[in-house]
Amino acid sequence: MHSILAVDDSASMRQMVSFTLKSAGYNVTEAVDGQDAYEKTNGRDFDLVLTDQNMPRMDGISLTKKLRDNPKFKTTPILILTTESSDQMKQAGRSAGATGWLVKPFDPAKLLEVIKKVVR
Amino acid sequence: MGETSNDSSQNAGIDLSQFYQVFFEEAGENLDRMEKLLLELNVSAADDEEMNAIFRCAHSIKGGAATFGFKDVAELTHQMETLLDKLRRHELEPTSAMVDVLLQAGDALRAQLARHQGADDAVVDTSELLNNIRLMSSGAAPAAVVAPASVPAPAAQHVEVVPVSVLAAPADSEVRMLELRVGPLDDPKHADNLVDLFKEITDLGTIEPLDNGMHADGIRRFKVCTSSSDNDLLDLFTFHVSRDQVLLTPLTAGYGFHEGAPGTPVSAPATEEQGFGFFDDAPGSPGSTAPSPAASGPAADAPPIRAVAPKVEKATTAAEASTLRVSVEKVDQLINLVGELVITQAMLAQNTQGLDPALYQQLAAGLADLDRNTRDLQESVMSIRMIPMSMVFNRFPRMLRDLAAKLGKKVDFVTIGDATELDKGLVEKITDPLTHLVRNSCDHGIETPAERVAKGKPETGTITLSASHQGGSIVIEARDDGKGLSRDKLLKKAREKGIQAPDSMTDAEVWSLIFAPGFSTADVVTDVSGRGVGMDVVKKNILSLGGTVDIDSAEGYGMRVSVRLPLTLAIMDGMSVGVGEEVYILPLSSVVESFQVQEEMVKTIGGSGRVVKVRDEYMPVLEMEQVFNIPRLDFEHASGIMVVVEAEGGRIALLVDELLGQQQVVVKNLEANYRKVNDVSGATIMGDGRVALILDVGSLVRRSRH
Repeated sequence: MHSILAVDDSASMRQMVSFTLKSAGYNVTEAVDGQDAYEKTNGRDFDLVLTDQNMPRMDGISLTKKLRDNPKFKTTPILILTTESSDQMKQAGRSAGATGWLVKPFDPAKLLEVIKKVVR
Repeated sequence: MGETSNDSSQNAGIDLSQFYQVFFEEAGENLDRMEKLLLELNVSAADDEEMNAIFRCAHSIKGGAATFGFKDVAELTHQMETLLDKLRRHELEPTSAMVDVLLQAGDALRAQLARHQGADDAVVDTSELLNNIRLMSSGAAPAAVVAPASVPAPAAQHVEVVPVSVLAAPADSEVRMLELRVGPLDDPKHADNLVDLFKEITDLGTIEPLDNGMHADGIRRFKVCTSSSDNDLLDLFTFHVSRDQVLLTPLTAGYGFHEGAPGTPVSAPATEEQGFGFFDDAPGSPGSTAPSPAASGPAADAPPIRAVAPKVEKATTAAEASTLRVSVEKVDQLINLVGELVITQAMLAQNTQGLDPALYQQLAAGLADLDRNTRDLQESVMSIRMIPMSMVFNRFPRMLRDLAAKLGKKVDFVTIGDATELDKGLVEKITDPLTHLVRNSCDHGIETPAERVAKGKPETGTITLSASHQGGSIVIEARDDGKGLSRDKLLKKAREKGIQAPDSMTDAEVWSLIFAPGFSTADVVTDVSGRGVGMDVVKKNILSLGGTVDIDSAEGYGMRVSVRLPLTLAIMDGMSVGVGEEVYILPLSSVVESFQVQEEMVKTIGGSGRVVKVRDEYMPVLEMEQVFNIPRLDFEHASGIMVVVEAEGGRIALLVDELLGQQQVVVKNLEANYRKVNDVSGATIMGDGRVALILDVGSLVRRSRH
């Protein structure tokens, strides 16, 4: 079973993402912000990191950078969930080492569709 | 529940409505936080961190609202977010007019959310508000809307959506995906003309309605795939809709992958797909068009099967959350069960008292453990219901801000002891009385800036709300540095109202006159604090919670109202007293002292009234056996002990037979189980299984006055 780290400071989004992924048979670990997510990667592997961008303490881009610095997460897909799809935002995601982006709002079907592309 | 646009096919069979409640609660919290931050915001020196935090609140609500299909909420938060984004990027400087508009928007959001929760059916009209925010965001006409927020800004019937989105000039042949917003339209169907336009002009591209062809506030959205320039499109559209009703933005495609990014899919689309994307060669990309470098190799065709690290935690326990939302009913049920357990435990303890400790040593040890564990359990369970006073205090800054502005006064609001915890039920019930006290302070207490300066006081008045634990009670104080109460004025007023008010009354008695029904000290009745119907209700509400109110005042320096409440209504410390065969419980918080009564201490006055002299103070005596008509079988043990109790600013001595002890009692509502009984506030079950009535000391004190 693939495990996914879902990071969002909003409880409702976190629940929605988590429920969708669990229903589709993934193992899900939730984190409330970048800092929490980073701490939860300690000693664990994930097949995918799904992270919100705008969060207190540590945002999605910073989390991506930090994870990429860790050899264990060099190749793990990291998707940034964002409400902005500006080029600037994409550029920032790209240089941080993110695999891709998913624009909010998205529906459960879209989420699963995207995830199936990176987690197999 | 308001209309939402959840199509089950998009939701992969997942019912999004199951997340609504969490979203509503979360949105409410975000609104509270945003309001607090806005009120604290120093417009002339806004802190980046604060601006970010405010932005995040709006952003978070928007994200959830858009996901769960609350379009009106998403639309409003989107506009707020746009403005806040410019503020946090210092593209615009914050003004107090912006704060006003954002606060109003927060109110509108609350109303919208309430509507979606089915609380209210009135549709919230936000068109003007949206317009104001847009104008502010554009920075174009800030002066026009500086007018007091409640005054409608010069209303434009059509929202002036200047196509702000300066689209990157597209290469001629490049096919672009655009989001087209049309409206607000009187008849949203007019937008369908644009669809026909695309049918007529074949090389224009394609157009598809978004949102299932639905409209929000007369605004329709379409997805347009075209190679024409924005100007060409806009020129064509003007045949059907006016140019300022059309907004073109690059379609937020939804997702994408970065070329070469780790983990990008093999079949990564070269162009952006709907709503997501991968970066080529990025780690984890599902394979990329360009061959991945060795470092990101595993991301290509064969995803690596990662060996699970031995120290990995069990994955199923992975989904932790920092808090858990539980319905109050469940907690109450738990509390009730623990209450029963406490009674059972007390019963066991009592039944085993007579046993020989030597023979039943293990039983005694077990019971001692049970006693301790029950107590710990009770405390833990009770603490679940405890919430910090900040939940109450937080509503006041906004209220005072509006109130002070209305009255032309300057008021600082200070809170002390925000973290002090109180039972949720009490918090809900104390909010209204406190609101009244704070309103009164602002309305009647604090003087106008000119008056204050004339009196040599600082121009800005201060209202302080504090909360602290004192023993088993919580004491909440509302204090102001306003004009205070005037003894003469109060006495005069009381006499006008026909209330007996001799000059010999103590200050405390004079102050408590304001609790008399229909008493108002303000010379001019304002529409803020009403007609003096408030204070008596405030007092009644507090008394009904088992609390007390005290007033302290110094004319010219301000006044202080202290409210003392029990920490919880479910359990209290009681003193059990015996009268004849009956046992009564006195709330320990109201017991002052007890003593063996001597014949010469009691004096009879006015024929039947009796008073007792305790340390040079006379107080009325109430004989419990007479109050409750207890049949006396045993004249040997005639009442000989007096318990002095205090309530409502008065003291009385209760004549009882014996003091039985002090214990925690679980309060059971008598009205719910039987009916209202005079002078009794509730009942409890004693260790021996008998029911004992809990006395309403306030009512006994009142009885002694008649």
